[in-house]
Amino acid sequence: MSNMFKMPGMQKYPVVGLILVAVTLAALPFLVAMTGGQAWVRILNFAILYIFLALGLNIVVGMAGLLDLGYIAFYAVGAYVWALLASPHFGLHLPFWVILPIGAALACCFGVLLGSPTLKLRGDYLAIVTLGFGEIIRIFLNNLNAPFNLTNGAQGITRIDPLTIGDFSFSAQSSLFGIDFSGPMKYYYVLLLLAIFVIIVNVRLHDSRIGRAWQAIREDEVAAKAAGINTRNVKLLAFAMGASFGGIAGGMFSAMQGFVSPESFSLLESIMVLAMVVLGGMGHIPGVILGAVLLTALPEALRYGVEPLQHMAFGRQLIDPEALRMLVFGLALVLVMRFRPAGLWPSPERRRELAEKEA
Amino acid sequence: MSEVLLEAKAVAKHFGGVKALQDVSLTIRRGEVYGLIGPNGAGKTTFFNCLTGLYKNEFGEFLFDGHRLEADAPHKVATLGIARTFQNIRLFGNMTTIENVMVGRHVRTHAGVFGAIFRDRKTVAEEQGIRRRALELLHYVGIADRADDLAKNLSYGDQRRLEIARALATEPKLLCLDEPAAGMNGTETEGLRELIVGIRKDGVTILLIEHDVKLVMGLCDRVAVLDYGEMIAEDVPTVVQKNPRVIEAYLGGSVA
Ligand SMILES: Nc1ncnc2c1ncn2[C@@H]1O[C@H](COP(=O)(O)OP(=O)(O)O)[C@@H](O)[C@H]1O
Ligand SMILES: [Mg+2]
Repeated sequence: MSNMFKMPGMQKYPVVGLILVAVTLAALPFLVAMTGGQAWVRILNFAILYIFLALGLNIVVGMAGLLDLGYIAFYAVGAYVWALLASPHFGLHLPFWVILPIGAALACCFGVLLGSPTLKLRGDYLAIVTLGFGEIIRIFLNNLNAPFNLTNGAQGITRIDPLTIGDFSFSAQSSLFGIDFSGPMKYYYVLLLLAIFVIIVNVRLHDSRIGRAWQAIREDEVAAKAAGINTRNVKLLAFAMGASFGGIAGGMFSAMQGFVSPESFSLLESIMVLAMVVLGGMGHIPGVILGAVLLTALPEALRYGVEPLQHMAFGRQLIDPEALRMLVFGLALVLVMRFRPAGLWPSPERRRELAEKEA
Repeated sequence: MSEVLLEAKAVAKHFGGVKALQDVSLTIRRGEVYGLIGPNGAGKTTFFNCLTGLYKNEFGEFLFDGHRLEADAPHKVATLGIARTFQNIRLFGNMTTIENVMVGRHVRTHAGVFGAIFRDRKTVAEEQGIRRRALELLHYVGIADRADDLAKNLSYGDQRRLEIARALATEPKLLCLDEPAAGMNGTETEGLRELIVGIRKDGVTILLIEHDVKLVMGLCDRVAVLDYGEMIAEDVPTVVQKNPRVIEAYLGGSVA
């Protein structure tokens, strides 16, 4: 596991490889802006945010094997915490280092709240309960505008403060060392740091005492109990950890968008994040990253590509691009599951095992 | 330190109308190999499940090393020093062999989430200790060469050995083996016998469910016989073998 990011060339020149990766990542928003404009930098940012989110969910689903279909609820909690504490809605404008921990902590509490009644459930049953939980949170957000207007209902909350550190705002354009940085570009670097953090957390958890306990529960809960694991606490810990990451991602989402409404936290979003984890390679961290990038970029590429293509082929628009987008998207998912059942980039062990089965 | 390690007092367990265990009382002394035999369906596995807290027995109690065991709290039972293997092998299939044993160290180690993320010196040292001990145990049971293979890809005999290594990793005072020789050929069974003798020599008390009569009679200091959930005999192997009720139970049921 510790050598899972090593590519063949990198083993020989680890420093060179690392510098190459760092330079590429640093230059990426400029390359993207040059080829696709600021809109694609924004999409890139969402891809990274989804990496963050997917790796948070990976703790629950990939490591502990707890099928959670309501994960987006924690994202929603984090997003609304930021929205309420940094917008004209209540006239509060707290700094990020107060809001993000509160968002993470509250999401964590919700994680435990969801986790405790579902401790004895597994598989399908757990999926149904978590699905319900996700919907409950969304419906609450939709309806908590009366008698006391907490969430502003379906209209959502607008004019949310962007991320600012001291006087440095991440939304406006600014120039540093003679280079112009747009708002999305600046967010990119923050998100990149967060993503690197969550990757390190995932890798380290995977190879730790707690991570092994999660995997043991995933593999065989009875045997895990008999081996001395307090499955109740360890499962709650997985829910709490995953939820905290969801909360942080939600806060960043609020700050980036400047607007939140319950609509952003539908079941479809939960399923998307889950699909990133599964499609990429069930618990294998590089696979999850790949899944998140592909599933963010693919729908956008289809959105931008489908309309011009239709005009080119038929001279007019035959099929609604939004409908076609979902169609192609669904087809892609089915094909992956049919031809690469362990995910696009499964862990070496799983790949070996599937190969053995076919042989 | 008292000579008795485990005392089961009038344990009973029912599944609907099935009386899987009725009024089973037995004592296991420190350092002995204690056999539990009986025809299929006699309640042997159920006894293990009640003892290790996976099932809740309706009546009776277990006293272990001065503690009353809590039903429904398997991890506490493991902490007190009872480890087990399963009749139908239960490994963590998609984890490697060494990781399976490392999981067994969970109960004797402490690192939490913060240690895992920040890797402070104490956590790193503990982690190294876990790995070292796990590797030692793999050598001990003789499957160290498979350390990095997925557990589910091991041969049947090796899987049984891995289960024993994982159980030993919890530093048990009492090791409960549920039909460890089932499905093994003659050579494998002989290897297993040597392993059990070695474990006993290292000071671990052993509770053994086994169908292989030769193995039981050769290994055990004392044997208890269950039949339809009732204990019908308890004595040294040579005496139990001649007990008419035991012969009757085995001839009546399927011969072990
Ligand atoms: N979980 C269970 N639910 C219902 N009946 C069970 C369960 N476990 C065991 N039994 C019943 O209890 C009896 C004893 O089973 P078991 O302890 O597995 O026997 P042994 O291990 O001696 O072969 C059998 O009649 C079996 O069908
Ligand atoms: Mg049995």
